[in-house]
Amino acid sequence: MKKIKAVHSLIPILVFLLIWEVVTRLELIPGHFFFPPFTVVIQEFYRLIANGVLIDNFLSSFFRVLIGLSAGSIAGITVGILLGYEQNLHKITHPILSLFYPIPALGWLPILMLWFGISEMLPIMIIFICSFFPVLYNTVTGIKGVNKDFIKAAQSLGASEWKVLTTVVIPLALPNIFTGLRLEAGMAWRVIIAAEMVAIPTGIGALLMKAESLMRVDIIIVCLMVLAVMCLSFERFFIYLEHKLTHKWRQYAQH
Amino acid sequence: MPNIRLKNINNFICHDINLEISDREFLVLWGPTGAGKTTLLNTIAGLIEYKGSVSFDGSPVDEFPVYQRKAGYLFQNLILFPHLNVRANIAYGLRVQGEPKSMVESRVNELLRLMRIEHLVYRYPRDLSGGEKQRVALARAIAPSPEIMLFDEPLNSLDFHTARYLRTEIHKLHKELGFTTIYVTHCFEEAFALADRVAVLKNGRIVRTGFPEDIFKEIDCKAIAENGFCDCHQGSRNSPAQIKLENSNILCHSRRG
Repeated sequence: MKKIKAVHSLIPILVFLLIWEVVTRLELIPGHFFFPPFTVVIQEFYRLIANGVLIDNFLSSFFRVLIGLSAGSIAGITVGILLGYEQNLHKITHPILSLFYPIPALGWLPILMLWFGISEMLPIMIIFICSFFPVLYNTVTGIKGVNKDFIKAAQSLGASEWKVLTTVVIPLALPNIFTGLRLEAGMAWRVIIAAEMVAIPTGIGALLMKAESLMRVDIIIVCLMVLAVMCLSFERFFIYLEHKLTHKWRQYAQH
Repeated sequence: MPNIRLKNINNFICHDINLEISDREFLVLWGPTGAGKTTLLNTIAGLIEYKGSVSFDGSPVDEFPVYQRKAGYLFQNLILFPHLNVRANIAYGLRVQGEPKSMVESRVNELLRLMRIEHLVYRYPRDLSGGEKQRVALARAIAPSPEIMLFDEPLNSLDFHTARYLRTEIHKLHKELGFTTIYVTHCFEEAFALADRVAVLKNGRIVRTGFPEDIFKEIDCKAIAENGFCDCHQGSRNSPAQIKLENSNILCHSRRG
């Protein structure tokens, strides 16, 4: 059944690629120089892999996202749990966090360039900020949203504050925490590409900019395809993890 | 088993409550909705703030946090943990208190058998019926072998037959395990069937305490009908009260056990 479902979702993609190929081969679009056929893009994809350009740039972006997203998520979850559970701390910090939260991650780029210069720290910090605030926000919402009756029940069964937190509050807040992680997993890739296009000479974003200056639309499309696959893969990874951890008890398991 | 002593308990609902519950006694707190019954249970469990003193077995527990009071509590809405299956729900109290794994296993198996819910062991609360949830919640509450049990209208949401069956189970468990029990209800029949002694609560004050037959002999039948579900004819323990349930026209005889 799952296989049939997967084939069904592949059909629209295959149709799209076919139309792309036919339209560009028949030169139905004016200015077709800027819109190469799919097969040409695939040939360029193999060439970029073979000469190592794509892999080098991909790995640069990948490790930046991985480090920044992991650090930002861990920090966001930890601080979120603390603020969600300690009402007084949340009251004190809420006005400050409310001011920082709406700032788009790329808005931090100029100041981070001044602080860190053009170094590996710059993209990692951008991704950190990009992940930290939304994960924090969702974690706080999740922790605060846990029905107080569950806490009372756990306490009456002999659970200390720490046990209540680790065995009841955090597990019940997991769906909210995963919402934050899922959203930011894709967003981190979008932000890293933008940051690399503007300020960093390596990575998929930088490759995109170089391709633009050489008017290599095929390379641009290869980079965009890599970006799309990575955004989707990261989001899917968190959906899978959430499903594994919570689907047994959630009424409407998401997948 | 400890006795419970409440001395000058005051909070936002309860006023000057003084009450002593003996070791192994089954005390029913009876009164209308909003009388402060649940608040008084929460006070004893340490779940809300209060002035006055609560003592278990002569020792004040006012400074003890909830988890150190170790009073079993069966909540009105049961509050089974949705992320844990039946086995894990029942084992919860033992696990958080650091009991050895083998002991937890054998105690949970014993309770599963006792409550006749072995077949539900891997189900999650969302997949249980009302009566099944009730039995799981009861098993979870008694799993850590509490010496004091607090019941907050546990049979309220159940159909008549399931409620009656579980009422008998609770009475049997109390006799077997011997915990000191405070049981909240606004239903006359339940109070009459279960109580060693009844305390009548009204507007946050205890207005009367005594044996059930004395209490319900004194109280005007009209008041019982207004306070509970029942249209009743006065009776005593030897000549049981006849209770006509308001919506079902069932005439039943209240009896103990």
